[in-house]
Amino acid sequence: MLAKRIIPCLDVRDGQVVKGVQFRNHELIGDILPLAKRYAEIGADELVFYDITASSDGRTVDKSWVERVAREIDIPFTVAGGIRTLAHGRELLSMGADKLSINSPALMNPDLINEMVDEFGQQCVVIGIDSFYNADSGEYEVHQFTGDESKSRRSQWQTKDWVNEVIRRGAGEIVLNCMNQDGVRNGYDVEQLAAIRRHCSVPLIASGGAGAIEHFTQVFKQADVDGALAASVFHKSIIAMADLKQQLIEEGIAIRPIEQGVL
Amino acid sequence: MKIVIVDTECANLTSVKFAIERLGYQPEITDDAAAISAADRVILPGVGTAAAAMRNLQRKQLIEPIKALTQPTLGICLGMQLMTAHSEEGDVACLGLIPAQTKRMQVGDRPLPHMGWNNVRASNNNPLLETATDPYCYFVHSYAVAKDDFTIATCEYGDTFAAMIRNGNFIGAQFHPERSGSIGRAMLKRFLENEL
Repeated sequence: MLAKRIIPCLDVRDGQVVKGVQFRNHELIGDILPLAKRYAEIGADELVFYDITASSDGRTVDKSWVERVAREIDIPFTVAGGIRTLAHGRELLSMGADKLSINSPALMNPDLINEMVDEFGQQCVVIGIDSFYNADSGEYEVHQFTGDESKSRRSQWQTKDWVNEVIRRGAGEIVLNCMNQDGVRNGYDVEQLAAIRRHCSVPLIASGGAGAIEHFTQVFKQADVDGALAASVFHKSIIAMADLKQQLIEEGIAIRPIEQGVL
Repeated sequence: MKIVIVDTECANLTSVKFAIERLGYQPEITDDAAAISAADRVILPGVGTAAAAMRNLQRKQLIEPIKALTQPTLGICLGMQLMTAHSEEGDVACLGLIPAQTKRMQVGDRPLPHMGWNNVRASNNNPLLETATDPYCYFVHSYAVAKDDFTIATCEYGDTFAAMIRNGNFIGAQFHPERSGSIGRAMLKRFLENEL
């Protein structure tokens, strides 16, 4: 049975792993390579590296760490952040990245999605969506440039419409980051994710809000997402991967057990 | 031991190369027909579309040299699908090394691509996978080969499909051993080191 995926996300800034609260006030977590290896060893199903400086700075960032990660780990990983051109995407894939996640550049130039799908195949192209619940309008709005507070702003899209648009253009997977929940560890936005799930025909990954094991149980059972992404609960050892996977298995959720002999 | 990875100009060449290097070998990524023919082990990787990959092999004049290989040859993901006779993806004739057909997966209302870790059930005659457990391996694909006499491992997603196929020296894996943790590592090691 296809397993639900547990996906630690490592936010990268200047070659280091950092973590902020609601996209702000980033604190240093550590070096990329030892963290990546550690997560692969303890049973992560996949990793996402999100370069939070790239999109909003408009500069070309040193991505040589991608190759160092690819040499060492034997689970799939995605690189996100600031991928604006086919050439840049090709370079990252040639360094060993399995998937590319596109967020703000896809909003600026939606044709980039089609071009990437044609060039690299659907399986490589993940669309990251930062979705903000606007309590005044009662709508879910897509935001862009969220890596930099001073540039972060609302796009023209409502979340549901943008999800439909990126699927139409061939996206292979969607990571829905629910901004109101990000970094505050109060649980995933199960309601929004369940609503998006109903018309999302590609794999859907939940992001933003994980704070306890029951949040993972809820999002898998109630929103039927394919994977759950989390950062601080793993970085700060609030949740141990082994406990998380064991409890999810006991709850009857399809989970890849941690390989014997690694702990 | 000379190991070559056929340069299909697809995206996952590097991760396959690194996986072989982690086992202590130095594989060569090449599109040189003579080097491919002379290798002890050949790996045919691939992601993307069957039509594009077949076009690349045609342009590089590698179709006949690959068909003539007699040494153990492992097709991975799209590389496995290229080993079949025909793919529905782009309605393209493939290498025909294993008499099977690649078709769009029928999965009902489940998401496609089939992406993530799924159980693989190996047949007794599978030389690369342990048969005692149904290990989780990493898949990413929307097209698949139906189970038939050439199937040496199966997987289920909506329907049962071939996770691995074999015809003599040609072996295909729909999943990615290079991204399937220690299971994939053990499988690649057997491919390189066992008598096949």
